[in-house]
Formats: sequence, structure tokens, C-alpha cells
Amino acid sequence: MATSPATGLPRWEADPILIVEHLFMRFGGLIAVNDLSFKVGRGDITALIGPNGAGKTTVFNCITGFYKPSEGRLILAHGRAPTPGEIAEVTRIGERSLVGRDAGVFLLERMPDYLVSGEAKVARTFQNIRLFTGMTVLENLMVAQHNALMVASGYSLKGLFGLPSWTKAQRAATEKATYWLDKVGLTDRADDPAGDLPYGAQRRLEIARAMCSEPILLCLDEPAAGLNPRESLELNTLLRAIRAEHGTSILLIEHDMSVVMEISDHVVVLDYGTKISDGSPEAVKNDPRVIAAYLGVDEDAVEEVEAELHIEHSATGAIS
Amino acid sequence: MAVQTAETAAPAATNPVLGPAFKDALIAGLIALGLFGPLIGFETIIIDGALGLAYRPSLLAIMVGIIFFGRLLLNLTIWSPNRKPSTHTGPTFFDRAGTRMGPGVKPALLAFAVLFPAIAVFSQGGLNESRYLIDLGILILTYVMLGWGLNIVVGLAGLLDLGYVAFYAVGAYTYALLATSAPINDFFAGLFGATFWANWAFWFCLPMAGIFAGVWGMILGFPVLRLRGDYLAIVTLAFGEIIRLVLINWVDFTNGGAGIASIPRATFFGIPFNAGPDGFAALFGLPFSPMHRIVFLYFVILALALLTAFVTVRLRRLPVGRAWEALREDEIACRSLGINTTTTKLSAFATGAMFGGFAGCFFAVRAGFVSPESFTFDVSAMILAIVVLGGMGSQIGVAVAAAVMMGGMEMLRNLGFLRQIFGNDFDPSLYRMLIFGFAMVAIMIWKPRGLVSTRDPTIFLKERKAVSGDLVKEGHG
Repeated sequence: MATSPATGLPRWEADPILIVEHLFMRFGGLIAVNDLSFKVGRGDITALIGPNGAGKTTVFNCITGFYKPSEGRLILAHGRAPTPGEIAEVTRIGERSLVGRDAGVFLLERMPDYLVSGEAKVARTFQNIRLFTGMTVLENLMVAQHNALMVASGYSLKGLFGLPSWTKAQRAATEKATYWLDKVGLTDRADDPAGDLPYGAQRRLEIARAMCSEPILLCLDEPAAGLNPRESLELNTLLRAIRAEHGTSILLIEHDMSVVMEISDHVVVLDYGTKISDGSPEAVKNDPRVIAAYLGVDEDAVEEVEAELHIEHSATGAIS
Repeated sequence: MAVQTAETAAPAATNPVLGPAFKDALIAGLIALGLFGPLIGFETIIIDGALGLAYRPSLLAIMVGIIFFGRLLLNLTIWSPNRKPSTHTGPTFFDRAGTRMGPGVKPALLAFAVLFPAIAVFSQGGLNESRYLIDLGILILTYVMLGWGLNIVVGLAGLLDLGYVAFYAVGAYTYALLATSAPINDFFAGLFGATFWANWAFWFCLPMAGIFAGVWGMILGFPVLRLRGDYLAIVTLAFGEIIRLVLINWVDFTNGGAGIASIPRATFFGIPFNAGPDGFAALFGLPFSPMHRIVFLYFVILALALLTAFVTVRLRRLPVGRAWEALREDEIACRSLGINTTTTKLSAFATGAMFGGFAGCFFAVRAGFVSPESFTFDVSAMILAIVVLGGMGSQIGVAVAAAVMMGGMEMLRNLGFLRQIFGNDFDPSLYRMLIFGFAMVAIMIWKPRGLVSTRDPTIFLKERKAVSGDLVKEGHG
């Protein structure tokens, strides 16, 4: 369990990179996410798990700006954990973010999707892979560096005349792309169209593409879906390497428990849009509510368990 | 599966192919008889001022015969169950030819385009005689340029724009209105002499036409670009019509449907093409010929078209161009990578519109007259057809398609030889659009992704490999 040496608190309490507070997402009458609060630790690999339809992808879409949450606050902290005063300040002044010299506070629910990625530096992958299939593998990685290259190309003016500063920036971007190609083992296929790659390679390329945008938080939506055991193992190694070498925090949705239990420092369990468990992998694995949600038990058993845990029925049964 | 059963069954039956083929052809013939009977079999004629009916059994028999025997022939050859289906994936003949000739085609076409006026003069035996060919060259190059401009929007960014003619119109009217403006003329007359504005208007208005059209592209694009696919196509179509209707109805400003006439002609960088002592011919010691201006216009549009191509090729290799193509491939993925899709779409729309504006300015200076009649939906449809036919996103494909479409349309005017077959009553020009339509259908069957369907990658690590058209998406607007 990842604990902060100074306080003894788990890292997600001591130094959170993302704080989700009272997140609600309603689609008409359907409540997909119901009063969800959790924290993601800086440098942690956090897994968001839950049965199908629990609202995991909806939470992802809220964090990455693809959905506007119905209610709630999503705080992303650059540099260090924000103080409550800073959070209150940026909330009060109505700005999207408050960026200081060593730290920045971003309120993701106020930002459109492209700024969540471009400014707040939260990158994501998709459950159904979304590569630019008609572009080559290398081009995919160059598109991911769009914002940096756009500035380097003088918003196309410098690039149009082929000024040396632009050529240099382009070369640097290519080098970065090659670095990531090497990391995911796709260097040999750099000039092939992304759509020609096998499934597992496409998954890896999507992660490499997300990493090319230099995120501080990488959100992976079922990265191991459709991978064979060997590829899952390679994925674990890749994610660990990303965390170790780039300090990127990772938030992932995953059904493959071998991946979740193996690599995550912190697991949050959702069921029917509500958080039912939150803690280290061991703690979550043994949580009777998680077992009940995953394996399914009859109503009496749920009540028994709840009685045992002294939980009021309304807390978990909000929708069910 | 079906092919296999047919093959194994073949030896058993007496003639398993001819029987069904004959039956199928007979049914097709009967259907043709039923359809053509009333359509071709009867003809209304006027007999002594009254409407009468004539019968054409022989023509009907010929038509039904064509259907019957044609169908039979196809059943026995191409559609024959014994024929092994040729399934070939990967690059087609055209693509392979394209890659092999690729490096040579572009310089060859460029050389041909540059030398075209000389070729025209020599082949026609004189400057004045070559006018038709050079005019045709100018027309083709105008459409090449428009095609390249629209290619940015449709081919690269994947936004279906059916109202491209609006920007052509904005460019043309920018030049027409500014060049004929009395206050501007008076202002420059006071500073540089009476003929200054008439001589220099084109060179001042050319960049302005591009800028205005680009700005219009942004203004129109802003509300429109939230829409996707069919909705975007319909709204752009409407905007194209709105511009034309405004040009017709705002009579005070645009002179309405009567158009704007006597627009100053193009000059050789301030030197007019006239017979006077200060004219181009006198200054260069040439005998005066009205063709000088036409040849000069040819080179102006060639330069403008090449500028369009150069800028487009350059932009494709810049982040903005890659973002356009990424947008065509997957808009949601673009947003997840921090690309502002609104500004990216607007930049594509404005860049495409700018080149449309340049072309419009050229159109006005060539014709010397603009009216809303020139900017109908037909022009938009024609340019879009050129882009789709050429292969979306391909420069060379669009150029070839423009030459084929515009040149082909012109050549179909000269179908006089058909008179020798069908007799003097036959009017070949009436069949122009029919033949053209057949050609379009044929190309869409055999080359559904256009003449050049492969995509050229913008950057490569070790080896430049063309991306098969099957993987490239068309965009969803």
C-alpha cells in the first residue's frame, strides 16, 4: 500500500492529483453517477472497477471533459496537493484554473474536452480504440503533439516558409515519437497505417499516442480488453514503466482482475453509479460489498452483510 | 460457396449455364419490352396541326434486342457461374501505375502546363488560331485551382461543403466592386495619375479577394461547423444559395441580376494590353495582338493554381494539416489529444475559401463581367465532382479529374462525327450530358474512391509507403 512517509496516510489522501467531489451525472431520468467522491494519488496507479453498467466510463467522460457533469467538482492538481484555500479561491472566482509557479489547480468540470487534454494535461484512451486508421503510426504520434508543434510552427507561418526553428521542433517531435514507438515495440511498423496493426498493437499505440501529449494523468479505459495473457503482462510492464520513468499518474478502468490486482496501488469500486469500496487492492478484494456486487448474492445476504457492517440500507441502495 | 456448387454440378447437367442464362435474358428482354413499349414504341407527332401517334416497332425491336443479347452475353461471360471471381485486394492497377509513374508524372504535367500555350500556338498554326485551346486551358486551370481549394475542406478535413461557389462569388465580386469603384479610382487618380487604379486594380484586389473570401469562410463556418455530415452539407448548400440571392437582390450594391460590366482588364504588372504607345506590345516591341492578354492570363491562373498546390502540400506536412486529416479520421480522438476542433475546422474552411476567392478574382478579371448567373449550384457540384472523382485528398488526382471533366465536357461538344453514323438530323450536343453521366457512373463503379485512392503519408521514418484507400476515412462532416 502506497503510503506517504510523512503522515502515514495513503498517498491519495496525502497528495491527490485528482479529487472527485460529489459527482453526479444524470441522463434525463437515469442517474448514471450518483454522488461519487474519490481521490487519485499522485504517482499512483488507480483502478476504477465495477460491474458492467456501473458508470465507470461515464466518470471517465466527466473527468476528460467529454461530458459536463450534472453536479460536482473535479479538481486536478499540478505540482503539489492544493490547499483547501486554493480550491475555494478558484471555485469562487469562476475561472477554469489557477496556475501558480509551482502548482496549479484546474477545475475540470468547467473545461471543454480539448482543454482538459491540452492545458490540464489529462490524456485518455478509449474503450473502442480510436486511432487515426488512415494515417501512419508515426503520424498518429505527431498529431498527438499538435499543440506544442502548432506553437513551434508559428501557427503555420514559420512552417510554411520552412524556417529552421520549425524544422528543429519537427525533428524533436519525431524523436519523441520514436522514443515512444520503441517503448511500445512498434518501431518496425512506424510507416505502416495504424489501421493495419493487430489489435494488441493498436492498444499499445493508443497508449503511446496519449503519452506523446505529455500528460500528468493518463486515463485508460479498459486497456487490457481483448489482450491475451502475454499481452496483458506486457501492458503491466509498460504501465509500470510509464509511472516509474515519467511520473505520470494512471487512472484505469479494467475488468481484468489480474491486471488490476497486480499493478494498482489503489482501487475504487463502483456499482450503480455509487462508490461501494475504496482502498488498497487487498482491502477491496476482501470487502463483502465488492464480493456481493461482483458475484451477486440474494437480497437477504445483502441485508445480512449490511447489518454486519452497520450500514443503513439507503446508503447503498440509492438506485437499486 | 455458390460458385463451388455450380462447378461441381456442371458435368452432371446437359448445359447448366446456357439454360438459366437464356431464361434470365428472356425475362430481362420481356421487362425491357414492357418498359420500352410505351416509351419508345409510340411517338407523338403533329399531323395537320393535330396530335397524332406514330409507331416505331423497328426501334423498339432494336432496343429490346440489345437488352436481350447484351444480358445473354453478360450471363455467359462476366456473370457466368463458371467464371472464377477475381478477388484482388491491395493496390489496383491505377494505384500501381501511379506509384511507378508517380515521380515522373508531376514534373511531366507541370512541364506540359507551362509549355501548353506554345504547344497550342504551334499545333494551331498561329497565335490567334490558338485562342480556343488557350481559353480551354484557362478554364481547366481555374477548375484545377477550385478543386485544389475545395480539396482542403472536403478531401483533407472531411467537411462536405456544397456551397463552395459562395467563396468564388465573394472573390469575383470583391474585384468587380473594388475595381469599378469611382471613389477609389478618384482617390488614386489624385495621387498617381488617372489610369493608375484601372491598371493596378487586379494586383491590389487579388490578395484582398482571398482575404475577404477567407473571412467569409470563417463567418459562414462559425455557425455551420457545429453540424456534421448531411446537415453540414445542406446548410453549406443553403449558404451558397443565400450569397447568390443576396447578389441578385441587393441591387444598390451589386447591380442585381444585370451584373457588373466593364471591369478593368488584367495588366502586365501595370502595363495594359492595348495597342497604344504605352501598351504591352509597344513596350516589348511586339506586333499588337489581343492574344497577349489571354496568354498572360493563362500564366496568371497557372501561377495561382501552383501557389494553391504548393501551400496545400506544405500545410499537409504542418501540424495544422495533420490535424485536418486527423479530424477527418476521428474527431473525438482529436479532442482527446487537445486539438481544438472548432478552430481547426475553421482554418480548413477559411484556407479553402481563400483559394476560392483568388480563383473568383481571376474569373472576374478574365471575363470582365460578373453576374450572379455565374455562381449557381452547378459550379459547386462540378467542383465537388472533380474532388471526389480525383480522389479525396490527392493533388494530382484532382488536377487530372479537372482536366478530364472540363476538357471532356468541351470535347463532347465536338461530336460532329456522330452525324455520319446517325444522319444529319442527329444533334450530338444533346447527348453530351448523357455520355458524361455514363462516364461518371462507370468511374464510380470501378474507382469508387476516385482516380488516386491511396494516401501519401506526410512524414516517414524509414520508408514512404502509400496508405491504402480502404483505411482512409472520408470524414463525417
